[in-house]
Amino acid sequence: MAIGLHQSDFKNPVVRWIDSRLPVFTMMQKEYGTFPTPRNFNYFWNFGALAMVNLLIMIATGVFLSMHYTAHTAYAFDSVERIMRDVNFGWLLRYVHMNGASMFFIVVYIHIWRGLWYGSYKAPREILWILGVVIFLLMMATAFMGYVLPWGQMSFWGATVITNLFSAIPVVGNDIVVWLWGGFSVDNPTLNRFFSLHYLLPFVIVGVVFLHVAALHITGSNNPLGIDPKGPQDTLPFHPYYTIKDSVGLIVYFIFFAFLVFFAPNYLGHPDNYIPANPLVTPAHIVPEWYFLPFYAILRAVPDKLGGVALMFGSIAILFILPWLDTSPVRSMRFRPVAKWFLVLWGINFCILTWVGAKPAEGHYVTIARWATTYYFLYFLVILPLLGRLERPLKLPESIALPVLRGGGPIPAGAAAKPMEKA
Amino acid sequence: MADAMAPHAAPHGEAGETRRDFLKLTTGAFAAVGVGAIAWPFISSMNPARDVLALASTEVDLSPIAVGQAVTVMWRGKPVFVRRRAEEEIKAAREVPLSQLRDPQTDQSRVIRDPWLVVVGVCTHLGCVPLGQKPTDARGDYGGWFCPCHGSHYDTSGRIRLGPAPANLAVPEYNFTSDTQIRIG
Repeated sequence: MAIGLHQSDFKNPVVRWIDSRLPVFTMMQKEYGTFPTPRNFNYFWNFGALAMVNLLIMIATGVFLSMHYTAHTAYAFDSVERIMRDVNFGWLLRYVHMNGASMFFIVVYIHIWRGLWYGSYKAPREILWILGVVIFLLMMATAFMGYVLPWGQMSFWGATVITNLFSAIPVVGNDIVVWLWGGFSVDNPTLNRFFSLHYLLPFVIVGVVFLHVAALHITGSNNPLGIDPKGPQDTLPFHPYYTIKDSVGLIVYFIFFAFLVFFAPNYLGHPDNYIPANPLVTPAHIVPEWYFLPFYAILRAVPDKLGGVALMFGSIAILFILPWLDTSPVRSMRFRPVAKWFLVLWGINFCILTWVGAKPAEGHYVTIARWATTYYFLYFLVILPLLGRLERPLKLPESIALPVLRGGGPIPAGAAAKPMEKA
Repeated sequence: MADAMAPHAAPHGEAGETRRDFLKLTTGAFAAVGVGAIAWPFISSMNPARDVLALASTEVDLSPIAVGQAVTVMWRGKPVFVRRRAEEEIKAAREVPLSQLRDPQTDQSRVIRDPWLVVVGVCTHLGCVPLGQKPTDARGDYGGWFCPCHGSHYDTSGRIRLGPAPANLAVPEYNFTSDTQIRIG
């Protein structure tokens, strides 16, 4: 073979010709065909693939919606209604896009929960985790700006409240807000730039997802036991084993998604957003979309403008340093008898924040929000660092294959003989 | 299942046919139908929307148009030429033998009422709008229209006579709603 050509193993002459010059087939075969994947995945490991599919659905529906949308304060609301009433299948595209945003956050929240429960953020996957948090932030920005585009009452007042968060920054805050708006209130320039960025950011997400997956394919996947595969007996080729397992999850995901789109398309939305934006009247009770409620609750829990904003951003920023806050070398919560209960409580606490975020900021709700906010941070800043020292983890299994094949086929030689890598 | 551990299991049916082949083909067929069903709404959404279709017909009042005059109206985003022809123009159009035409059509087949010629004002070559609506316009060698882009000449029936265009100016679907009004589309 000529110098400089890739040595391709493919038989098909056309595939082979391309692959020798641009080894995409070899790469796909390596990364998604034979890629050695821990054999003990549970269904929590579907959610990365689901998030990827969801991102593609959002981009596809979004590109087609933008063909009919007009980014102008005088036309935006009507153009969305035109999509609903006049454009062929416009209602379907919009409901898929709308509920797709909710589905994306459901999927990503479960994906993050999987990471927290099985310690996927720990060495050597810190960069992988950090890239994930970056994707999460980009998603939040994209979702927020997308919600502004229909130019309903919630769009307008959501945009007003969220952009005003930046006015809490000392000295330059107000200038930053004027800069974000391109004027002295949320208006046409704001709508135009939000549309531009809402179209741009998903492709930035695609880029970061690529890095996220690239990093994953260096370290390999974590697994429910949180121990490293020690050899081929602990892994399976990605295809067909996990392509099939992901497909099963994908079907369940589509059923749930379709139920929302066809039977409850506005269940997760807010009726006020079907009232055209009116800069003179604020709705009596404004709430963000459900996926922002926990952070909104943290914002409102603090009786200080700057403090609330700082804690709200801090609640996500803290995820960046999580790999160093959790000092325990044991990844999976299965083997952390104390930490696991604190994490369960953290999960419940997160749900409480979501619930209280939708309630009016008064009376007992404020008290609940404050306790929940306190626990949110306490878990990361005090409990995890301390437990790493104080907790006595359970004994880790010697290999992945051992418990999986218990009572089943023979254990491959060498699987049990090697010593554990981590205590 | 033992099969799950051995993808290339022994054949179950006829030589070379396996249960796995059946599963693969079934899965593939479902996937193809699924992809088609998903692609359909996306493709369909790019077709004219209902509000566009609702504006797809245009009414034209003919009463102010004098003999020899022409008006241009907008129909589906394109110009439509409505021309009230003089007797000699009609006569010129009808005297031409069909053998001399590139796109043979009789004048009678292109009009509903003799004086009124209604054609889409888009040259069948590459889509320019031909000249000839105003009395001062060049009307080409045959007294109809002349396309300045690539030099196509149309006659008083809107038929191509000279130049690169392959076909006559299209006659849109229209009907007379009264003696002095037509509805195009």
